[in-house]
Amino acid sequence: MTTVETGLRGVGTRLGRSAWGGFALRRGGGLLLSIAVLVLLTFLIVPLIPGDPAAAILGADATPEAIAAMRERLGLDEPLPAQFVDYLRGLVTGDLGTSFHYGIPVTETIATKLGYTTTIAFGAIIVVLAVAIPLGMAVGVLTRGGRRPGLATTFGAVAGFLASFPSYVAATVLIIVFAIQLGWLPAGGASSTQAYILPIAALALGPTFAVARVVRQETYNVMQQDFMRTARGRRISAARLHLRHALPNLLASTLTLAGIILASLLGGAIIIETVFNLPGLGTEVVSAIIYRDYPVIQGIVLTIGLIAIAINLAIDVILGIIDPRTITAVSHD
Amino acid sequence: MTDLRRRLNAPLVAGLAIMAALAVVAIVAPFTLREAADTLGGAPRSAPSAEHWLGTDSLGRDVLARSLVATRLTLLMALGATALSAIPGILIGASVWFGPRTLRNLVLRLIDSTVAFPSLVLALVIAAILGPATSSAVIAIGVAGIPAFARITSNMTASVIHSDYITTARLLGVPRWRNFTRHLMPNIGGPLLVLGASSFALALLEISSLSFVGLGVQSPDYDWGRLLSEALPSIYSMPMIAIAPSAMLIIAGVGAMLTGDGLARHLDPWSSAPARAPRTGTVTTTAPRTSDLVQIDDLRVTAANGTPLVHGLSMRIGAGEIVGLVGESGSGKSMTAMSLARLQPDSVTVEAATLRVGDLDMRKGGRRTAMATDIGLIFQDPTRSLNPALRLGGQLTEVLTVHMSMLRRAARRTLVDGFERVRIRDAEHRLSQHPHELSGGMLQRTMIASALATNPRLIIADEPTTALDVTVQAEVLRQLKRINQDDATAILFISHDLGVVEALCDRVLVMHQGSIVEELTSEQLAARDVSHPYTQRLLDATPSLSLTDARQEDPA
Repeated sequence: MTTVETGLRGVGTRLGRSAWGGFALRRGGGLLLSIAVLVLLTFLIVPLIPGDPAAAILGADATPEAIAAMRERLGLDEPLPAQFVDYLRGLVTGDLGTSFHYGIPVTETIATKLGYTTTIAFGAIIVVLAVAIPLGMAVGVLTRGGRRPGLATTFGAVAGFLASFPSYVAATVLIIVFAIQLGWLPAGGASSTQAYILPIAALALGPTFAVARVVRQETYNVMQQDFMRTARGRRISAARLHLRHALPNLLASTLTLAGIILASLLGGAIIIETVFNLPGLGTEVVSAIIYRDYPVIQGIVLTIGLIAIAINLAIDVILGIIDPRTITAVSHD
Repeated sequence: MTDLRRRLNAPLVAGLAIMAALAVVAIVAPFTLREAADTLGGAPRSAPSAEHWLGTDSLGRDVLARSLVATRLTLLMALGATALSAIPGILIGASVWFGPRTLRNLVLRLIDSTVAFPSLVLALVIAAILGPATSSAVIAIGVAGIPAFARITSNMTASVIHSDYITTARLLGVPRWRNFTRHLMPNIGGPLLVLGASSFALALLEISSLSFVGLGVQSPDYDWGRLLSEALPSIYSMPMIAIAPSAMLIIAGVGAMLTGDGLARHLDPWSSAPARAPRTGTVTTTAPRTSDLVQIDDLRVTAANGTPLVHGLSMRIGAGEIVGLVGESGSGKSMTAMSLARLQPDSVTVEAATLRVGDLDMRKGGRRTAMATDIGLIFQDPTRSLNPALRLGGQLTEVLTVHMSMLRRAARRTLVDGFERVRIRDAEHRLSQHPHELSGGMLQRTMIASALATNPRLIIADEPTTALDVTVQAEVLRQLKRINQDDATAILFISHDLGVVEALCDRVLVMHQGSIVEELTSEQLAARDVSHPYTQRLLDATPSLSLTDARQEDPA
């Protein structure tokens, strides 16, 4: 690992002085490590099943012949490293195995389900950022330095309350109000665009207010910085002061903290599909765990993990654009 | 009473009260309500009534009783998962700092790469390995929380371990493990408690979510998540069945969140210092016209808590004059200068009989263009006073483009000329750089260039050399002197360093505890002809710095 890193660093210095070049090399190393951890994790699911995985998969009634056949199919009789090599070979050739339950390639299952999950997850991320940043910043500016204590307290209480709403509880409440009581929106399914409104709202509700709280706090922090006083000294308009001078710094610190919230939104998406009967990856992976359909579990965990890695990477790139200091090297010291 | 309330803030009290109430329910409800919760045979799906406050479910069981009885299992699972995250996480996060560096980097990198995944992904993997069950939900959420604890413990340990007292303890030969228990834990214990509270809330909601989708608690056991999922099929006819466990989940989530927030505030008393809304000055005296450029009469600055910071200060600065304002930190000199510039912090109150720069009344807002162009500002720490996210060209030409209606190119041209005047090499290129790409001395010169670009009548320089190396200091002072001589720009120069002030200023005002205690000409200062004991003490503490050979320090 260290030799690889030293090697990469050497290439980095040779490649030139571009900060982004160094960033790409350094972040590339982290990216590879994340993917390696993810692949190892999904591979280990089957070997780590307590007892005989084949027997566990087939249940208590299985005949010894069936168990032997399953061991053969899973390659369990081979030594672990050989199994891992087989698994890697499958991944590289785009073969994630065949579903025990459906008898079709896992890649096909994922391809048909992926869209539902990404639609609600990315929809929710957009809603969170579009609402939380203006809201948190507005409250932060209005209540800075102890102004409007009533607004500060109200926002703190309401946002704190809504931020602790788990997505599936929010979903239940939203269904009761908007689908059952008011009848405005469908309670489930994926037949129309409107059917996505409640899932996205339920998924975005808690994180929106969690991020808005972060944004408010960061607004306070940024407004106290020396460079904001310098900017005030240029006697520019309030809009220019806040949007041009505060916002970029705010976004940088907010995104660093909100990155984890955004990635965890994927977890919420998995859970919430059940509530709304959305045939996405979440519903699928839950039933795959209940039916012990391991190729499907591995495939979906891998897919969701890769999306999370992609979100993190996207956040780092955006951070680098907003605040160039973040792309210079950081070490663990 | 008030003392207690100050120590236990409102969120903490509310959070602890909610958690205590839930704990009581968790202990009592299974003993007293088990029968109502589990007995079949009541009227199924009955509406709320005196007997069944929230009605009954499809098997005739009391909805409220079931939600209350489920409290025990739900809380125990969350507690177990939190312990499962915290103990290994803290041990890993702290112990990496006591091992070899290569191992530390490797472990931290691994932790980083797992923190990137949503914890639910990790939880799904573990649920898949162990199969759906109560225990596997606890283990899944618990293990999934380890990286976060390890990462945060490691970050905090890093900051503590590099602190002076740990270094001192190590030099004194205190064994490492003893450092860990004796010095480290008390310092990182507080933040870990906060993390524990919030991760308890998270574990509770995530375990419930696993139960909710069928991967956690299995029938006939039930927790809130399981109750909620059982309610979903009949949500159209019986929304009440879903509302009871939802409400319990929200109450517990809010309780844990409030506890965490309250603990955080409790442990960081600085963050909760009472702040008061600022008032604007009310004294209304029309300023008499004089030939002085700056006129301050009876300036009073008051902190939010009522502490006076500047007590009725009066001073003048003539056109083209360099006036030094010296004093130790906290003497009110910066507060005076910032009040004059109308850049005081939000939390203080500024009042004055006169506060005037030229014909600008600095007690009032408005006339932004005149304020921006007549007053040039140079601040103490250039690396903190420039916006790290913006390129230098954009932020330093802002007054020119916003207030002097210059086009971007003309403004950049003006600034490049200014850069060359303060001897910044490669001036054109600097405009497209960010502040972190330049050294502190270079940045301070860009700020001076920017302050001069509008040909201001007054420059307010607030400790402009304090954050700089001595050699760079002298260069910056030389440039300020030259600017004053070339353009007859008046300068208010704030410093705690009499030596620096002596080298630059025509007249020096010594400030102590919010008042001016002595006024000196540069000749008096050079001759050490001072009368106030405070000034004498300042002089005794000051090594001399001279800009020209002509003005050497008097050995007396």
